[in-house]
Amino acid sequence: MISKFIQNAGWPRIIIALFLLGLFIAAPFVGVRVDTSLANTLVRFGMNGVMVLAMIPMVQAGCGLNFGLPLGIIAGLLGATLSIEWNVEILARLVEFGGKYNLSWLNEAFVTNWREPLGFASAIIIAVPIAAVLGWFYGKLLNRVKGDEMMIATYVGFSSVSFMCIAWLLLPYKHPTMVWGYAGKGLRTTISVEGYWLHVLSDALAIDVNEHLRIPTGMLIFFAVMAILVWIFMRSKTGTAMTAVGSNPEFARASGVNVDKMRTISVMLSTVLGAIGIIVYEQSFGFIQLYMGPFYMALPAVASILLGGASVNKASILNVIVGTFLFQGILTMTPSVINSYLQTDMSEVIRLIVSNGMILYALTRKVRAGR
Amino acid sequence: MSDNNNNAPLLQLDHIGKEFYGNRVLSDITFDIHAGEIIGLVGENGAGKSTLLNILFGMPVIASTGGYEGRLQVDGKNVRFTSPNQALAHGIGMVHQEFSLIPGFTAAENILLNREVLNGSIMNYVFSDRVSTLDREAMHNRASAAIHTLGVNINPDMIVSEMPVGYKQFIEIAREIDRKNTRLLFLDEPTAVLTETEADILLTALKKLAKQGIAIVFISHRLSEVKTLCSRILVLRDGRLITDQPAENLTTREIAALMVGRESERKEIQVEFPSEPVRVDDVNEEIIKPKKKKKKVKPAIKVEHLWVDMPGETVRDVSFEVKKGEIFGIGGLAGHGKLGIPNGIMGLYPAGGKVRLFGRSLTLNKPRAALNRKMAFVSEDRRGVGLLLDEPLDWNITFTAMQTQGRFLLGIPYICQFRNEYAMTKEAKKYIEALSIKCTGPHQLAGELSGGNQQKVCLAKAFVLKPNILLICEPTRGIDIGAKSLVLDTLKNYNKENGTTIIITSSELEELRSVCDRVAIVDEGKIAGILPASSPAEDFGMLMMGQTKQANDNEEEEASA
Amino acid sequence: MIRKLFDIIANNAVPAVFIIISAFAIPLSGYSASYLIQELLTRIGRNSFLILSLLIPIMAGMGLNFGMVLGAMAGQIGLLLVCDWGVVGIPGMVLACLIGTPIAIVLGLFCGGVLNRAKGREMVTSYILGFFINGVYQMVVLYFMGWIIPITNPAMLLSRGYGVRNAISLLGIRGVLDNLIPAVISGTTATQQFLSVNGNGAFIVCQLPFFEGYIRIPLATLIVIALFCLFIIWFRKTKLGQDMRAIGQSQAVADSAGIPVNRTRIIAIVISTVLACYGQIIYLQNMGTLNTYNSHDQTGMFSIAALLIGGASVSHASIANVFVGVILFHLMFIVAPVAGKNLVGDAQIGEYFRVFVSYGIIAISLVLHAWRRNREKEAARRSLRGNKGGN
Repeated sequence: MISKFIQNAGWPRIIIALFLLGLFIAAPFVGVRVDTSLANTLVRFGMNGVMVLAMIPMVQAGCGLNFGLPLGIIAGLLGATLSIEWNVEILARLVEFGGKYNLSWLNEAFVTNWREPLGFASAIIIAVPIAAVLGWFYGKLLNRVKGDEMMIATYVGFSSVSFMCIAWLLLPYKHPTMVWGYAGKGLRTTISVEGYWLHVLSDALAIDVNEHLRIPTGMLIFFAVMAILVWIFMRSKTGTAMTAVGSNPEFARASGVNVDKMRTISVMLSTVLGAIGIIVYEQSFGFIQLYMGPFYMALPAVASILLGGASVNKASILNVIVGTFLFQGILTMTPSVINSYLQTDMSEVIRLIVSNGMILYALTRKVRAGR
Repeated sequence: MSDNNNNAPLLQLDHIGKEFYGNRVLSDITFDIHAGEIIGLVGENGAGKSTLLNILFGMPVIASTGGYEGRLQVDGKNVRFTSPNQALAHGIGMVHQEFSLIPGFTAAENILLNREVLNGSIMNYVFSDRVSTLDREAMHNRASAAIHTLGVNINPDMIVSEMPVGYKQFIEIAREIDRKNTRLLFLDEPTAVLTETEADILLTALKKLAKQGIAIVFISHRLSEVKTLCSRILVLRDGRLITDQPAENLTTREIAALMVGRESERKEIQVEFPSEPVRVDDVNEEIIKPKKKKKKVKPAIKVEHLWVDMPGETVRDVSFEVKKGEIFGIGGLAGHGKLGIPNGIMGLYPAGGKVRLFGRSLTLNKPRAALNRKMAFVSEDRRGVGLLLDEPLDWNITFTAMQTQGRFLLGIPYICQFRNEYAMTKEAKKYIEALSIKCTGPHQLAGELSGGNQQKVCLAKAFVLKPNILLICEPTRGIDIGAKSLVLDTLKNYNKENGTTIIITSSELEELRSVCDRVAIVDEGKIAGILPASSPAEDFGMLMMGQTKQANDNEEEEASA
Repeated sequence: MIRKLFDIIANNAVPAVFIIISAFAIPLSGYSASYLIQELLTRIGRNSFLILSLLIPIMAGMGLNFGMVLGAMAGQIGLLLVCDWGVVGIPGMVLACLIGTPIAIVLGLFCGGVLNRAKGREMVTSYILGFFINGVYQMVVLYFMGWIIPITNPAMLLSRGYGVRNAISLLGIRGVLDNLIPAVISGTTATQQFLSVNGNGAFIVCQLPFFEGYIRIPLATLIVIALFCLFIIWFRKTKLGQDMRAIGQSQAVADSAGIPVNRTRIIAIVISTVLACYGQIIYLQNMGTLNTYNSHDQTGMFSIAALLIGGASVSHASIANVFVGVILFHLMFIVAPVAGKNLVGDAQIGEYFRVFVSYGIIAISLVLHAWRRNREKEAARRSLRGNKGGN
């Protein structure tokens, strides 16, 4: 019974879960409040959850771990910055639209009161088509390099981030809160979203249990909705075909499924989820990080889903939830607990070793016989 | 090339036998080989040739499945090899069917692979001799000497990937000859890839080698070559040594008959199916055209000049017709393209030519098109193509129907449709019961089932499609005897009940003859002939062995003359 | 025929594009020839050794060894210890190499073992392995040094008493190899000026007419690099080299011929790691400062990008690729920021451009490699049928 459980959960997960549990138990003894830690873990879970979710479609379709997540993130960043750039205009257009078609609920008062959620929605609405287009090209590319997807994805991510570094400097952004003050052009490295859509999800329906523990209900609900959407999609005809492609592309082909098309759809979906994920992240974090910011963002997401029990070609929503919680738990708890105990910040080192160790473990694991 | 005692045979096999998981594949093989002899070893696929070679060369697969019975003697001394290198050390070499050459290396580098001539240096004492440099000139000389022995003219500095395919075969053989102590050489289908002239050169070279005292075991399905080259012929059938006679005592027809002639008791599991490279160049063999039908019925499927690029099973030019409701068999040796035909028709490999279903032509190269025309396919590669090993049985059984026929779905077509898990499970249960698939239920993973039950799942997958034409490859490969007859009976019943046209491709001639109405034999990517299943086994055997009817008759005339 | 032409273009497209970019960027930057040559020579001396260390795993069919950063870290540990012990000059460098070698061997063995478990995805695995070992390295340097591993020089330690500072000055061995054999090329007029500034020491002076300014030559470093090239040429001719080539082309065939495949692959990685360790030491003696936590970060990426720009691919690389790559890559590195500034008035753009190019070039090479491999597979399948039947 126990051995079966261990076999199902896998040793690395159990060790890390026990480690995390140990940290929570040890926390009060070193003067760290458990509820604060829990709150931090929940916030980070909500922030990162959607980006981890972005791994599922590609893994399920057999495209491997999406090391190219930065591509989706870039689409998200474009959406976020453009939503701020056009914020006033978008709202004005909405009021105008409401006036024209007699939609009284789109009046000025409504739009002003809902400024922040509308801004957030506009960021997502702008980001999604960009992500879909980028994902389409990215998918076509990955179809031509079957077998080497992961390495190429990594470098596609890197080169697109560095390409966008040039673009951030050159694109004609004008909004004064976003461009460098002295030059009047070129986006800043970090842009505050305060006054636009800071904490729109985090604060929505938030429950204050006590002064230390605030549950970001809105953000968690948003994650849950995204997870359910992905879950529903994976049960659709297309999602089923996609899973079969990842499980055995030859079988899928012999069953009349267009393997390349399914892979492309999965990559597009991953990229779109990555774009939405970064916007969720930013509204909670409070800043848009441009330039080299998205560079290494794929690694924590990859490590999370692997930590949750996914393999290079099989992943589920449960893997995402368990993995994100464990990974973010470790990240929150190690600085606070270990630092208080050892008087030193080991968190960065532990993050490096755990996340990359997890990826290494997945890469070197023997693929099941018969494949 | 070494002096050996002529009294003791070079190699003696003494009551060699082998069982794989309770299935006997070899029994009581006894023969010996003397220096300078050329022995022809013939047998159908699965007759036990590969297993015999695996035993002789100490392949790990033998030891890991419980070793073998009987004993081997080299020069009168007992030996038991545990790796091919030990056999090599005793002077026993092997030239494989598939080339094991490094494409970017020159002929010389390949001939001397891992036996390079080295310059000595002091470094050897510090490290190993792997840090010595290569003596390119000496290597060139040694390689050309080995090539020269074969009587061909190949530049040792030529890159292998740029060579015509025939040369590669010579390089392989030269590699074995170059070993100083080689005195017994096994050649597995060496002429399969050669043109006729090249084959002639090779046969001459082999005779020359034999004169130098090297014993040769020549494994081939080209009986005429076996007959001209060899002094002794051994025929293996169903794991037994059927005959061991001087070549002049046998005609090719007799050999063929010995090879395929069946006894009532049959061996049930075939362990290995070596894939043979296909002959590329022209062979002057006539094709027996399918006999004119008596009644003109519109054929269920009509294939004209089909070619298929399936690796290892290339189809060159195949035409045939199958009547509605018929069970049609496709047989032939492994590697000759019989598997390529159904795979090509289903669009799984690049194909060309014309295929008509009930008079309407079929779009090739598109599995979806074939499935839409109500064809169903059971692949020979069960684990690779036939199943989703990591998914449950109900997925496996219903997936194809779901994707191509829109069944087992809920929702609005083309907009959003979701799996109907309930219907999937129900359908899977129905077939689990009907085909008595042994499993814990429709949610067990397909990878966890035994071979026979996996095959039944594949059949269920095809039946769910309600096909007009069912293409089945190797229906009984790798499954146990009980499951075997059940699978074949299922097919027969399905044909009888639904009038479905079935095309079965199988390596087991006997199986085809027992189930099918007519059987086509494929040889070298072409149809050698189509015979009613009731024709005598040796006729099929002759077709398989690359002997067309005409060549046969000639030989018989000669024999009688 | 057209395929062949396509292959030739595909094989040399990358260097050609870079020559064109440089041809535009050099005049834009406004640098003088002697400045550029001086910079290039310095960078050849600084980087070639690191890039050369990549050749052997490519030969063994293991692709680009992203795990070379393991060797770089080993070298840095050697340098840190030597720096603490106050060993200076050439003995310091040699000692650093001696300390680094066993660490690099151990890391190489580990890396080789891991890669043997991940056949077919060596590159992504070695890449992640680099990150993983980076975590271990940080743990050692940031927590163990000054605690478990004694560091006596307080100037090297963080104020808390253990852990090494980020910027360590390598004054003791700065430029020792570069200046071991001082040499200079100079124009007729500049010679006197140069000697008066630098003292009449034992400079090997090569006077060239029609040449302005002077160029210092890191002669000893170049000699070491030349020796290393000879080593690689010799290595290719050895039995071990031959075995690696065989494994690189077909593991199955090599295995059936009795070549110990896994062992040889590990040897290839160990050699590469040890050489990368020496390469990093040479690199840092030129730089003169060691950024404890960042120096090795970019080593792998820049070395690999330079090699690929030199026309190498994932499966084939030569010594010529190394030098062509080093020159073209660093030419772009030197001129891009200035050219960018002169072009659009922003140096940052040139900065980002060269980063983009480094990553982009690796991405493109990987794509081309995978693409070509898949195409060859298809061609091989087609060729089986020969000329008969259909087209």
